Amino acid sequence: MKIAVCVKQVPDATAARRMDASTKRLDRSGEGALNATDVNAVEEALRIKEARGGEVMVVSFGPAKAMESLRKALAMGADRAVLVTDDAATGSDLLATSYALAQVLERESADLILFGQQSSDADGAVLWAAVADRLRRPLVSQVAALTVEEGAVVGKRQTEFGYDVIRAPLPAVVAVSDAINEPRYPSLKGIMTAKSKPQETLSLADAGIAADRVGVAGSRTTVLALEPPAAKGGQVKIEDDGTAAEKIVEYLADKRLL
Amino acid sequence: MRTLVFCEHHGGELTKGSLGLLAKAASLGETAAVILGSGVGGLADAAGRHGAATVYVVDDPALRSPLPQPRVDALAAVVERAGADNVLFAASVLAADVAAGLAARIEAGLNWDVIDLVVQSGELVAKRPALGDTVLVDCGWTTTPRLALIRSGTFDPVETGGMAEVEKVEVSFEDFSTQAQLVEHTFEESAGPSIEDADVIVAGGRGLGAPEGFALCEDLAAALGGAVAATRAVVDAGWYPYSTQVGQTGKSVSPKLYIALGISGAIQHKVGMQGSGVIVAVNKDPHAPIFDFADLGVVGDLHQIAPRLAELVRARKG
Repeated sequence: MKIAVCVKQVPDATAARRMDASTKRLDRSGEGALNATDVNAVEEALRIKEARGGEVMVVSFGPAKAMESLRKALAMGADRAVLVTDDAATGSDLLATSYALAQVLERESADLILFGQQSSDADGAVLWAAVADRLRRPLVSQVAALTVEEGAVVGKRQTEFGYDVIRAPLPAVVAVSDAINEPRYPSLKGIMTAKSKPQETLSLADAGIAADRVGVAGSRTTVLALEPPAAKGGQVKIEDDGTAAEKIVEYLADKRLL
Repeated sequence: MRTLVFCEHHGGELTKGSLGLLAKAASLGETAAVILGSGVGGLADAAGRHGAATVYVVDDPALRSPLPQPRVDALAAVVERAGADNVLFAASVLAADVAAGLAARIEAGLNWDVIDLVVQSGELVAKRPALGDTVLVDCGWTTTPRLALIRSGTFDPVETGGMAEVEKVEVSFEDFSTQAQLVEHTFEESAGPSIEDADVIVAGGRGLGAPEGFALCEDLAAALGGAVAATRAVVDAGWYPYSTQVGQTGKSVSPKLYIALGISGAIQHKVGMQGSGVIVAVNKDPHAPIFDFADLGVVGDLHQIAPRLAELVRARKG
């Protein structure tokens, strides 16, 4: 079974993140890391491969240095990495990114396409649905437990209203939640062998992606301005002297919350 | 400006988030609602009472299960018929997938995690907190229709008492849209309101000490008429169900009152609840980060304070 995992490089969680005031885009110049919840998707792909055989590839659309982060997936056990990178693609929004990924995925014709739960930089948790629509494939999202059957996947997920179990025939697009598994750490051997695994960097033209459908030209959302968040005032902090509960009631009554 | 609101429903009622969005849409101009499902025509009245002038109803067995892809087909047809400038969605597991699928289908821009919509120089602008809510981003669209996913609990429903004109729309479905099938749906029984809809949330973290500590949260929530939520740490530890998890990898909530018991206030939790009206935090660690953004911070033992607080609230309510 061929599994393609769509992943993203994001700014490292330990580094301070900032928006670039001139471009109004996220400053990606610092240390990058594989988006944390994408690691769950890679882990799930590896488990399926270990149980059923096949190939796991990771696919990304981003800056050239994103390959450093894709190597983590290779070190975990993925077989190869494909990165589509091009200066003309900078500033791609959901529409442009879903188009570009769909173009690459179409050529790879994987049986199963996996996504992680959310990007930590853009807080996006929607890309899979746009990609599934472009590829005209069934979708199961927010999956917390995944079973692969002959020719189908069955995903269990949690919604606001309870648990759903959804079955979709393959080929399918599945987005997993970070509750699905505990990802492995790359072994030393994994890290060493990652370097020699296939790592393909494609330009837009290489990947059959029309330049006017990505980047700013291909995007239909824009960032107009950046503002500091609304400041909160009037904070009170007290130490319990035995009457804290009374003080909370008083405070809530004062705010008309009781 | 003509705005279409995707009205999600559950258990025979439109969700509070969808009704709230109708009120917001009505403040922007002409408002229509879309209700998709099977046997859902009766919900149109509620949309009318909350601000929709027109309700488009697609009633089809293919829409019985709460799955996104057939809804994209239906919504694309309604958007074309209604000629909407804006299509708004109250964020949910279902709505997010419908919105993004629709974006790809009709090549429309989608902004998400939106906390307000304003008109600036004749253009619609979406306000979206980013990077852990450390910056507020003004987002726009270059084409119409403009699609937006609104953070849950952002707008309160307003009863206008209006009557909507109902238009039934027949649609055809793509082959791939109906391939995914719901094989099981289990309702999660909970005593109180769900955390997205609750006006009051009592949330518990590691500071509860043990899974049994949640009894304190439940008791206080019951006294206040609220719902119980949990942090990622305690959900991971198996103390409380994932459906109650608030934070970056859980749900975003914005109740009028959020009481945090034994929660340190890590950024992963903060982003899911800092939109709450009033935040009260009880924690024994005076240096817990939650005190940086709590409106009322109490340094003390929650095991002493919470039961007493529940008792006082009950006494007050009689």
